Amino acid sequence: MKIVSEFTKGLYRENPVFRLALGLCPTLAVTSSVENGVGMGVAATLVLVCSNFIISLVRNLVPKKIRIPIFIVIIATFVTIIEMLMQAYYPSLHKSLGIFVPLIVVNCIILGRAEAFASRNNVLYSIIDGIGMGVGFTLSLVLISSVREILGNGSFYGIFILPTAYKPVLMMVMAPGAFLTLGYLLAFFNWIDKSGNN
Amino acid sequence: MDLGHYFALIIGVIFINNFVLSQFLGLCPYIGVSKKLDSAIGMGFAVTFVMTLASAISWVVYTFLLNPETNVFGGIDLTYLRTIGFIIVIASLVQFVEMVIQKTSPVLYNSLGIFLPLITTNCAVLGVAIMNIDKNSNFIDSIIRGFGAGIGFTLVLVLMAGLREKLEMCNVPKPLRGVPLAFIMASLMSMAFMGFGGLVLK
Repeated sequence: MKIVSEFTKGLYRENPVFRLALGLCPTLAVTSSVENGVGMGVAATLVLVCSNFIISLVRNLVPKKIRIPIFIVIIATFVTIIEMLMQAYYPSLHKSLGIFVPLIVVNCIILGRAEAFASRNNVLYSIIDGIGMGVGFTLSLVLISSVREILGNGSFYGIFILPTAYKPVLMMVMAPGAFLTLGYLLAFFNWIDKSGNN
Repeated sequence: MDLGHYFALIIGVIFINNFVLSQFLGLCPYIGVSKKLDSAIGMGFAVTFVMTLASAISWVVYTFLLNPETNVFGGIDLTYLRTIGFIIVIASLVQFVEMVIQKTSPVLYNSLGIFLPLITTNCAVLGVAIMNIDKNSNFIDSIIRGFGAGIGFTLVLVLMAGLREKLEMCNVPKPLRGVPLAFIMASLMSMAFMGFGGLVLK
């Protein structure tokens, strides 16, 4: 089924973070705790699905030369809506994500999907693609933030799970830990891919 | 005005709060354009130029059009248009810079290739514009923050490109080659830059 494969490709085969290396800024900046990671993932997914839907609807009306500015304005509109909703209903999450909420606009995943997929495919496939990519992005954020939160804070989703004798590696929740975690996870997925092919 | 304040601001944004290594802004070009030294330098200066101009123009747009206390519409609150307004400013600015570079330096244009339009989606540019507003900076401070952030970006981009050119000759385990190793190096650089956190500037 094409629908199923459009959905599942975002989860692993074309995972935006680990396979395509897109959307790296929020991936590293907000993953110091799982809660932030999930919040960012869900917000980006909502924007991605809505913008894919609208862009796919207008894809035949948009002149090719000015398509990028038009796509960006559509994306920025949805980001503003999500930001206002988040400010109203989840003020603490909005505060801890900070500047990275408006920066969803320039998340390369969203513009990348608009350009590579939604502007060439029909509405149904574009929505499915948006959901798949969004879920893949969210899962990647959860994976990275789990590693960082467990090692750096000894907790998972705010609940302490490691014995109190464990001394947290503070570096993991700071900037160097973010780069290190992503570097090794990328290498790990490359390695799995290679052993799978043999 | 005292120069010490500007000096502290510029050192702070280049070293202590480096946009790439401690604020995670502008990572896509940092990994994507750091394979060759020449293109890293070109990209760095293009980004610095765009960031300085974007800081100035977005500050003007925010102060005179969006902010209800100072805008020309007499108190209509348009702050919710901030994200959309800034991204339009940046997108048109990038288009303009692209046209200028294409006319003045075709060599640079060829080597930057597809990365020039990507400055639009460089989160460091939009990031600095929003940060200026969040921190209530005045006009001069905004321009200096934009310029300093661009220089900081160029610095780490060029450092990274130099390291990666050297690594071409090394025998790296296959799964680590390319992007994963770049991130591990970024981690070490970021640790080194954390050392600047000890600087106290007033």
